[in-house]
Amino acid sequence: MEFLANLINGMSLGSVYAIIALGYTMVYGIAKMLNFAHGDIIMVGAYICFCAVSYLGLPVIAGILLSVVGCTVLGIVIERLAYKPLRSAPSLNVLITAIGVSYFLQNAALLIMGSDPKSFSMILSLPALHLFDGRLTISATAVITILACVAIMVALTMFTGRTKMGKAMRACSEDRDAAQLMGINVNSTISMVFAIGSGLAAIAGVLMCAAYPTLMPTTGSMPGIKAFTAAVLGGIGSIPGAALGGVLLGIIEIFARAYIGTQLADAVVFAVLIVMLLIRPAGLLGKPVNEKV
Amino acid sequence: MGFMHLKPQTHSTVITYAIVVVAFIVVTLLDGMGLISNSLSGQLVPICAYVSLAVSLNLVVGVSGELSLGHAGFMSVGAFTGVIVAGCLARMGVESELLLFAGSAVVGAVVAGIIGFLVGIPVMRLRGDYLAIVTLAFGEIIKNLLNNFYIGVDDAGLHFSMTDSSSLGMSQGTILINGPKGAVGIDKISTFVLGVVVVLITVAVVLNLMHSRDGRAIMAVRDNRIAAESVGINTTKYRLIAFTVASALAGMAGVLYAMNYSTVIPSQFDFNQSILILVYVVLGGMGNISGSIISAAFLTVLPEVLRPINNYRMLIYAVVLILVMVVPHTKVYQRAADALRERFHKAAPKPAAEGGEADE
Repeated sequence: MEFLANLINGMSLGSVYAIIALGYTMVYGIAKMLNFAHGDIIMVGAYICFCAVSYLGLPVIAGILLSVVGCTVLGIVIERLAYKPLRSAPSLNVLITAIGVSYFLQNAALLIMGSDPKSFSMILSLPALHLFDGRLTISATAVITILACVAIMVALTMFTGRTKMGKAMRACSEDRDAAQLMGINVNSTISMVFAIGSGLAAIAGVLMCAAYPTLMPTTGSMPGIKAFTAAVLGGIGSIPGAALGGVLLGIIEIFARAYIGTQLADAVVFAVLIVMLLIRPAGLLGKPVNEKV
Repeated sequence: MGFMHLKPQTHSTVITYAIVVVAFIVVTLLDGMGLISNSLSGQLVPICAYVSLAVSLNLVVGVSGELSLGHAGFMSVGAFTGVIVAGCLARMGVESELLLFAGSAVVGAVVAGIIGFLVGIPVMRLRGDYLAIVTLAFGEIIKNLLNNFYIGVDDAGLHFSMTDSSSLGMSQGTILINGPKGAVGIDKISTFVLGVVVVLITVAVVLNLMHSRDGRAIMAVRDNRIAAESVGINTTKYRLIAFTVASALAGMAGVLYAMNYSTVIPSQFDFNQSILILVYVVLGGMGNISGSIISAAFLTVLPEVLRPINNYRMLIYAVVLILVMVVPHTKVYQRAADALRERFHKAAPKPAAEGGEADE
């Protein structure tokens, strides 16, 4: 039973990682940049939802919608102001800019909201599920998180596979110049990707804080790094890879915490990543790219 | 032969050393006249440590062309090894601070170098962003392991445990490393002079390596791996040399850093610390050693200078970082730069590539 409970908790944490990792992997696929500020968008999303619910007294659904809209706009604005001028710049410059944006968001949140942790427990007050005569308890948050992740995955797969915008996104990530020659507006496609990624990050932020209810300006950074790890584990640039990597990482983390120790859980997660990458250097679902001379 | 007639390479080497020496003299003079505030003079050793870290990371990122996100990990290996060595030496009756520091710095550098070599073997199988994430992962693993290390010393020798400090089985020894509480009771033996010596050693090692046959091989691998391989350069070997040397130098800087405080904790050396050092390297210019020195010193001082507006200083730091990266790529700036260039260097050809200077 304990095993099953851990598995479900792991899948729930992994679903959060997967949703964040989707943002990383889509942005990487199309803009070829590591968006280090992505983790902090999660934090902003969680704060917006927190403020909407506890200060403005809005219902939870409205809070979530507000945070998705807020983060989507934030994502587009960040892309326009900070990343767009650097399209042709070396990738490290873009990386440092993303780090600057990350510092900016964290410190702006610190100034506005203060450094004391906010408790974020009111978001889901549904009763927990009791199975097998109460020997297995599954929290409603875990169920909702997993369902949300599945729904997002299905929607995103449909979007990239079927719609015109989704096809444009795939074309841009395959070959940006060729896509432009085919009449695809590359700039607006990239904005779209940032918008989707940031909106997903907002959802991830709310879900994460529903499960781990402390909200601080630095809340987003560690899940951000883990989700980035998950995206690389699954093969960066691949959408199913991000989902698989995220769920795997969550399960590994929860099991390491349960059976090895809380202190060493992160070390185990990263060790697994290293071993996996040594066996499959392009990630689990990534395609190995052969260099041409 | 005048200074201007030297080879360009020698020219820039002389300038690099001159920056360090002149900065040292100026700061010493100012300090002697009492013109340096307390908060700033407390920053002198960390500045030296960060300069060394930036120069050594530049060897990996700028010269060897591999993005490393785990430099703080090697710094912490050096720092904690140094603390252990200093603790043991002090117990053995060594009193000279210079000997204590030298002993810890050498052992710290060697151990960090060995760890760097061991980490480098798997890391160098990967490339690009995958390499970056694995260095990040190693940095986090080192931090997590150090969080679980309990090391003490008594007359019987060193004691080690991974559970807690009471299981060390010591009756009257001193605890050197106490898990998440970090290294406690460090003798604060780092001084500005020692810091400058560490910087000079780091600069000398990196510049000599860059200008040697090995260094040219490392740069050849960076510029075109396939071409380098086809002329018989063992790419893995040379990338590994750069990575190992940089780790050892980071370890030495870590010793310098740790010996400036009475306590250091493992979580100080996290991903953000690595990123901080990377920022110095990128801002100073990839492969440009004097650039790393200046940007590391400037960016370590900047938050101190901004201390009067305490609440906003990190926000301003972030904005400065973004602007420095973005402004050179805006149209207004490029037009202004072109106009200036035409006015002053009518005959000079335009630079071939946008962005960071390749090397010295």
